[in-house]
Amino acid sequence: MSQQHATSAQAAPASLEVVLKVENLTKQVSSPEGLLTIVRDVSFAIEAGERVAIVGASGAGKSTLLALLAGLDTPTSGRVLLAGTDLTSLDEDGRARLRAARVGFVFQSFHLVPALTALENVMLPLELAGRGDARRTARDALDRVGLGSRTGHYPRQLSGGEQQRVAMARAFVTQPAVLFADEPTGNLDTATGGRIGDLLFDMNANSRTTVVLVTHDNTLAARCGRILRMEAGGLVE
Amino acid sequence: MSRALALALRTLGREWRSGELGVLLLALTIAVAALTGVGFLVGRIGAAVDLQASEVLAADVRLGSPQPISDRYFDEAMARGIRTARGINLLSVVFNGEESQLTNVRAVGEGFPLRGKVLVANEPFVTGVEANGIPGRGEAWPDSKLLVAIGAQVGSQISIGSASFRVTRVLISRPDQGGSFAELAPSLIMNIADVPSTELIQPGSRVSYVALFAGARDSIGDFKEWLRSSRQRGERLLDVNQASTQIKNATDRASRFLSLASLVSVLLCSIAVAMSARRYVQRHLDAVALLKTLGATRAFTLSVSILQLLAIAIIATLVGSALGFLSQEWLIRAIRGLLNAELPPADLKPLLVGFITAVAVLAGFALPPLLQLSRVPTIRVLRRDVGPPSPAVMLAFGPAVFAVAFLIYWVVREWFLFWVFTAGLVGFLALLAITGYGLVALAGRLRGSVGVSWRYGVANLSRRRAESLVQIVAFGTGIMVLLLLGLVRNDLANDWKLSLPTDIPNFFFINIPNDTRDAFMSDLTARGAQPSRVMPMIRGRLIAINGTPNDRLRFRREDGEEFAGREQNLTWADQLGPDNRVTEGQWWTPEMNGQHLVSIATEFQESMGLKLGDKMTFDIAGETVEATIANFRKVKWDSFQPNFFIVFAPGVIDNTAGTYMTSVHFPSGEAKSLASLARKYPSVSIFDIQDLLDRVRSVIDKAVLAVQSVFLFTLFAGLTVMMAAVQASRDERRYESAMLRTLGASRGTVLQGVLAEFVTLGALSGLLASLGASLAGYFVATRVLEMKYGFEPNVWLVGMLGGALLVAFSGWLATRSVINTPPVTTLRAG
Repeated sequence: MSQQHATSAQAAPASLEVVLKVENLTKQVSSPEGLLTIVRDVSFAIEAGERVAIVGASGAGKSTLLALLAGLDTPTSGRVLLAGTDLTSLDEDGRARLRAARVGFVFQSFHLVPALTALENVMLPLELAGRGDARRTARDALDRVGLGSRTGHYPRQLSGGEQQRVAMARAFVTQPAVLFADEPTGNLDTATGGRIGDLLFDMNANSRTTVVLVTHDNTLAARCGRILRMEAGGLVE
Repeated sequence: MSRALALALRTLGREWRSGELGVLLLALTIAVAALTGVGFLVGRIGAAVDLQASEVLAADVRLGSPQPISDRYFDEAMARGIRTARGINLLSVVFNGEESQLTNVRAVGEGFPLRGKVLVANEPFVTGVEANGIPGRGEAWPDSKLLVAIGAQVGSQISIGSASFRVTRVLISRPDQGGSFAELAPSLIMNIADVPSTELIQPGSRVSYVALFAGARDSIGDFKEWLRSSRQRGERLLDVNQASTQIKNATDRASRFLSLASLVSVLLCSIAVAMSARRYVQRHLDAVALLKTLGATRAFTLSVSILQLLAIAIIATLVGSALGFLSQEWLIRAIRGLLNAELPPADLKPLLVGFITAVAVLAGFALPPLLQLSRVPTIRVLRRDVGPPSPAVMLAFGPAVFAVAFLIYWVVREWFLFWVFTAGLVGFLALLAITGYGLVALAGRLRGSVGVSWRYGVANLSRRRAESLVQIVAFGTGIMVLLLLGLVRNDLANDWKLSLPTDIPNFFFINIPNDTRDAFMSDLTARGAQPSRVMPMIRGRLIAINGTPNDRLRFRREDGEEFAGREQNLTWADQLGPDNRVTEGQWWTPEMNGQHLVSIATEFQESMGLKLGDKMTFDIAGETVEATIANFRKVKWDSFQPNFFIVFAPGVIDNTAGTYMTSVHFPSGEAKSLASLARKYPSVSIFDIQDLLDRVRSVIDKAVLAVQSVFLFTLFAGLTVMMAAVQASRDERRYESAMLRTLGASRGTVLQGVLAEFVTLGALSGLLASLGASLAGYFVATRVLEMKYGFEPNVWLVGMLGGALLVAFSGWLATRSVINTPPVTTLRAG
């Protein structure tokens, strides 16, 4: 059993407010070989404004941990407190509402809605949260990622790097408490990946959003203030 | 909800432009087009057939009364824009010098007939021409039989009551002479204004007053209801449905056939919608997972889906109805020459039918997958292999079963047909699924013995077993409809026309005295006619049922009273005619001769609410005869053979004085020799039913044409299903093709593999479809149309070969672009 509390220094301005608290988190799934433990008794806390990278080999359980942290999946045991709310006490819709209010996402494969324009993709979380000024706010967000001139483009008309910038604008537009990123540079070349990293941390610095990212990109991980390393479902370091 | 609506509409628009919605919307649009097209067409042809049937009444509605008919009915009709005509029917003796004959005198007023034509000529028993109006004052138009009986000719002066009339025309046929033999006497028409001068209407004389009404379909329907509620006691209402059993039979068959044909379109489109909806869901799993990740609740994503569905239903209804209307309009213009009549305009009812159907089909077939869509786990944004949990069986199939049951009942509106059709459908689908499963498994085993392309193709079939099964069912149903269309339909249409062959009896002879029967029959044969069976005919009155006197009997249906009150034609028979089928009870055996048993036609049974074992008492020539109902018979009246509502067992009324009747076919040129026959046997009544036969034939022709046109819509529905089935596996194929080509397979190899899969799929589906088409053809012929059915061996060959070719071709068409897409594009898109 490993129970680690990461104590690395913070790159972003420090705050004592714990935005994400994980207690004895375990996720098991049944497989043809029997019960498989993907995340094993993990506990840690992340404070507001922190930048945290979760790293590890393929199959170490990084993405599953990220899914549990964001309430996309439910743990077998243990609990996750996101902005003070126990995710395990909420049903699916409750977790969705919490995400709408406090969470942003960036994915490896961008996950833009192909039927919507760049602007409409960015408007989506604002509309889901019931914000009236969705169009203007989204346009500002796209301006900030340098895509102000491409608001009417559909995802298929944008390059990979541009799609990820739209995804970043969409993630930050609601000014979430926590931003989760799953391999945000995984589908991009080194140079583009570097620029996306810059953007991510700039926005983190400007909005004081906590960033939790899963990555294989050592350069990106190194730019985070704190690294959680996973091995066989548990945290090591 | 407004946020959901905004998002639903916005994404709907985008998805339409990006082609995401294409197949679902197309399938539904074709479904609605087929249904509304069928609806418009059936409505219009049905109205035309009704008009034709109305000719038997010479009106749309006919009111009869022993008392003069009040003017208020005519005033009301006039106020509603309905045409009217008056008539008086009386029985009187017509004289030509010393010669006399008891005659049905029909005095008609201006406007007669409101429907149909009066045909007249200048000599008896020839083909007539349409009369211009009604007889003038002082004129009479006697029919051929009367003219011959009293030895008169055109120009003769004849007497009716106190008045004298000049014969100006010979009446060949009038629309309302009907196919019943209630009036045995010959007939004559004259002007209603001459009735007072005859002084025939006296207290106690047998006279009946008639009011005829005709008008547009809707207004006449309302007027009929008004008449029904405001008529006086003793006034009898007769409409199209009660007018002629033969025409009613033909229209009933036609509407049943049409209902079933349009139902097949509905079900085919449902399959297409289900398959497209499934694909729609597959393609939207990521988007919904993302929405939920971004904070959308399940209710929100579900609302978006349902609103989109509703919008799709509305669009499909609008576009589909317009297409349906245009296509039936085009069809009717194309076949106008064949129809030989102007069709009434279409009413708008099918539009509602189209919308309700679209909603029912979507709710039954697209909603369950959409409910599944809302259950997709959010984790899918990170792990693409995670799909929604398997639905509860009731949730997956319940709405579809309910929607299908609702649609079937809604279309057929008859419990018997509903159950037969539903059982047939369930049986057929089960057969397709089970056999398909076995064949797919068998194909999987054979893959070791074939080349690489075939192995890939056949392996695909057995790997995607569930999808293959769904495709076999879809393709099988599609091919089955095509087979029915191509091979069975013509046979059915021909068989139907053959049910009224050209040598069917066109003359009835009634009142043949027993002592001259043999001589009469040999005279008929000598004139080249082929007599059908000869049956005794005895007049009698029903005086009681189960001991309750006739005047105290109460009936469930209005026509029960009429059946009970009229003079009955009775007969006896030891054999059941081939055009009769016992529906309840048993036909009698020779040992039962002499037992007081009676067999009743189903029309009587239904109108009078009779049961097996009921005792009916008749007054036959002053003698009381009681008999127990031993069986009920369904009579094919359109065989035009002598048939009776009431048939006694042998040995009960055999010795009662009566006459005989028979029917024969006279080639049209021979009809004139009837005049000599009529002179030789003056007491025999002759009924010319050629006109009625022509009318029934014309109804059948129209109906066959309608059925063929309806199948055209079904054809489109069948093709949509095939398209949806091919589309369903397109995404997976695109990925596989990219993978295989990345691994070094040439486009040719991949194409061969795909073709191998589709050829196998098509041949298997074709085999099952042949079985289905044969069974469906048999069912439609024997159960719906009540005809014999000859099995067509070519169905099997055409089914398998055609199925393989058709499915391979459509598969190639649909996957061509998939195979031609550069692998990198597909793999990059994930």
